[in-house]
Amino acid sequence: MQTINNEDLVLTTEEIETDVLVIGGGTAGPMAAIKAKQQDPSLRVLLLEKANVKRSGAISMGMDGLNNAVIPGYATPEQYVKEITVANDGIVNQKTLFAYAENSYAMIEELDSWGVKFEKDENGDYAVKKVHHMGTYVLPMPEGHDIKKVLYRKLKQTRVNVTNRLVATRVLIADDGRVAGALAFDCRSGVYTVIRAKAVILSTGAAGRLGLPASGYLFGTYENPTNAGDGYSMAYHAGAELSGIECFQINPLIKDYNGPACAYVTGPMGGYTANAQGERFIESDYWSGQMMQEFHQELAGGKGPVFLKVDHLAEETISNIETILHSNERPSRGRFHQGRGTDYRADMIEMHISEIGLCSGHSASGVWVNEHAETTVPGLYAAGDLACVPHNYMLGAFVYGRLAGESAASYCANTELAEVDTKQVETERQRIFAPLARKHGLSPTQVEYKLRRLVNDYLQPPKVARRMEIGLVRFEEIRADLQQIVASNPHELMRAAEVSFILDCAEMAAKASLFRTESRWGLYHARQDYSERNDAEWAVHVQVQKDQSGAMTVFKRPLEPYIVEPDDVEKAVYQQIRIQPKSAVVSSGVSHEL
Amino acid sequence: MSFSPIDFPVKVDLNACIADKGCTVCIDVCPLDVLVIDPATGKAGMKYDECWYCLPCEKDCPTQAIRVDIPYLLR
Repeated sequence: MQTINNEDLVLTTEEIETDVLVIGGGTAGPMAAIKAKQQDPSLRVLLLEKANVKRSGAISMGMDGLNNAVIPGYATPEQYVKEITVANDGIVNQKTLFAYAENSYAMIEELDSWGVKFEKDENGDYAVKKVHHMGTYVLPMPEGHDIKKVLYRKLKQTRVNVTNRLVATRVLIADDGRVAGALAFDCRSGVYTVIRAKAVILSTGAAGRLGLPASGYLFGTYENPTNAGDGYSMAYHAGAELSGIECFQINPLIKDYNGPACAYVTGPMGGYTANAQGERFIESDYWSGQMMQEFHQELAGGKGPVFLKVDHLAEETISNIETILHSNERPSRGRFHQGRGTDYRADMIEMHISEIGLCSGHSASGVWVNEHAETTVPGLYAAGDLACVPHNYMLGAFVYGRLAGESAASYCANTELAEVDTKQVETERQRIFAPLARKHGLSPTQVEYKLRRLVNDYLQPPKVARRMEIGLVRFEEIRADLQQIVASNPHELMRAAEVSFILDCAEMAAKASLFRTESRWGLYHARQDYSERNDAEWAVHVQVQKDQSGAMTVFKRPLEPYIVEPDDVEKAVYQQIRIQPKSAVVSSGVSHEL
Repeated sequence: MSFSPIDFPVKVDLNACIADKGCTVCIDVCPLDVLVIDPATGKAGMKYDECWYCLPCEKDCPTQAIRVDIPYLLR
């Protein structure tokens, strides 16, 4: 690697001008860029990616299925909206769920026409499977490994401009409060880049490097570790509202490997989550806070560990499962099992509870958006795992990518570029490049390790006020440590910038969790000091925002009236996840009180 | 691996690797940007111990020169 003169770097600035800037080229981002350009081909659309668009984000190696396909004949938008309303314990803006559900099928058909392969039956119909408690929404993609290639081809056809290896760190805001662009630096050359844009779409994925995996390995995360919470931090500093941050993402994963055990793939073929006795203990393997609570209790109650069980299935079925799981999403899991000497035919696969993260794709923690993918900042849009549309998954990222792209294109038609505030540009330059100028200090890796270890110590549920308060004090100490970080090249500078994103997410997670003085969403927000759900006071969204003085504020946002009201039986379904003794089942399947 | 005597997850077969002939596929596709061309050999290699064992480098390599092992801490 060539030697870079650090002093030259700090002074080099590149300027780019565009109409729509999409930050994050994984799933939602490419779709947003394509849709903005398709709606108005005269617009300049720039897709900015921290890694490389060809293989970036959560689906870099493809995906093995759709978790939330709303396909006529199997489910209606109304059913889906009710299911997710109940699955997320009532804290939803149903308009955003409807916007997803009503556009879900059209998106599947469009992706199909682009060459994405979905499982079909002998008649050519989509082969939808039931995994959720009520409806039928899972559409397998046994040949889903090429999805990024399909997206890349479409980006080229649509003539979207793409730039790789740029790390965006702040959204630029003009005097009148609207978006003016973004600031970034190149993680190889270190060149500082000012991007002027009329509209900015954030699609940077989950905050996947928040908690520390039990393995202690910083990059052994469930989410692609490139996704450090960049967009959560950028939206916060731009003054946007974030929502449901206290509804953490916690997943049931293959222990140590920290990838999905994929009960969604194996479930329809007869696999299931089991305790140490090989017994099924949850009715459905659909991921929800309540499901994770039961998982947690099984581990704590003497019947653990918990396993994925497929060893009772026929050889043909197991071979099929292996083919799918070892070629999609996380294809290295086959060699992980091989290294441990575990074989699906003879062994159950040990599972564990993941570290915490923020991700609306799986839970509900994200940047607040309405049904047009608009945030609360004019000209700023959000889509994908970081946009607060609960349980939105990959197909939701595509649909909201489309909505964000189209909304941003419409906004640009009536908007001029805003003036860039040079003070923001220079303040950020100082902040980002400071670690290069220091001669002595802390390594980004060590600060990140300590911060994420503190996240585990103080924020991993079950939560209690005093622990989180101490956590906040320790996080402030880490904030002081940021001023000591040393970097010797642009790559380390990227890691240093990511530590500040992670820290912002940790602080938001603690403050939102302290604010909601009740328990909700099973393990995701289990408070030991407020162990009951309290709908009288807490049937509201909890929002986090940076106020005028620069301080972090947390406040309630009332729920919008429901468009479809789940009935009492439906409301109880996600409260009753644990398999009941036979006698109880005979009397009533859903007898629990809310 | 010429960078370090420590065992890293990404193994490059130096005889098969054609980075010295201008290929940068693995370096391009790595999400964590951990691969670089080793100035000593002109071949690709792992510079930063930050592998997500995700496999684009291995799958996309035109000469099948790469093998990714599960990182030791997880094995």
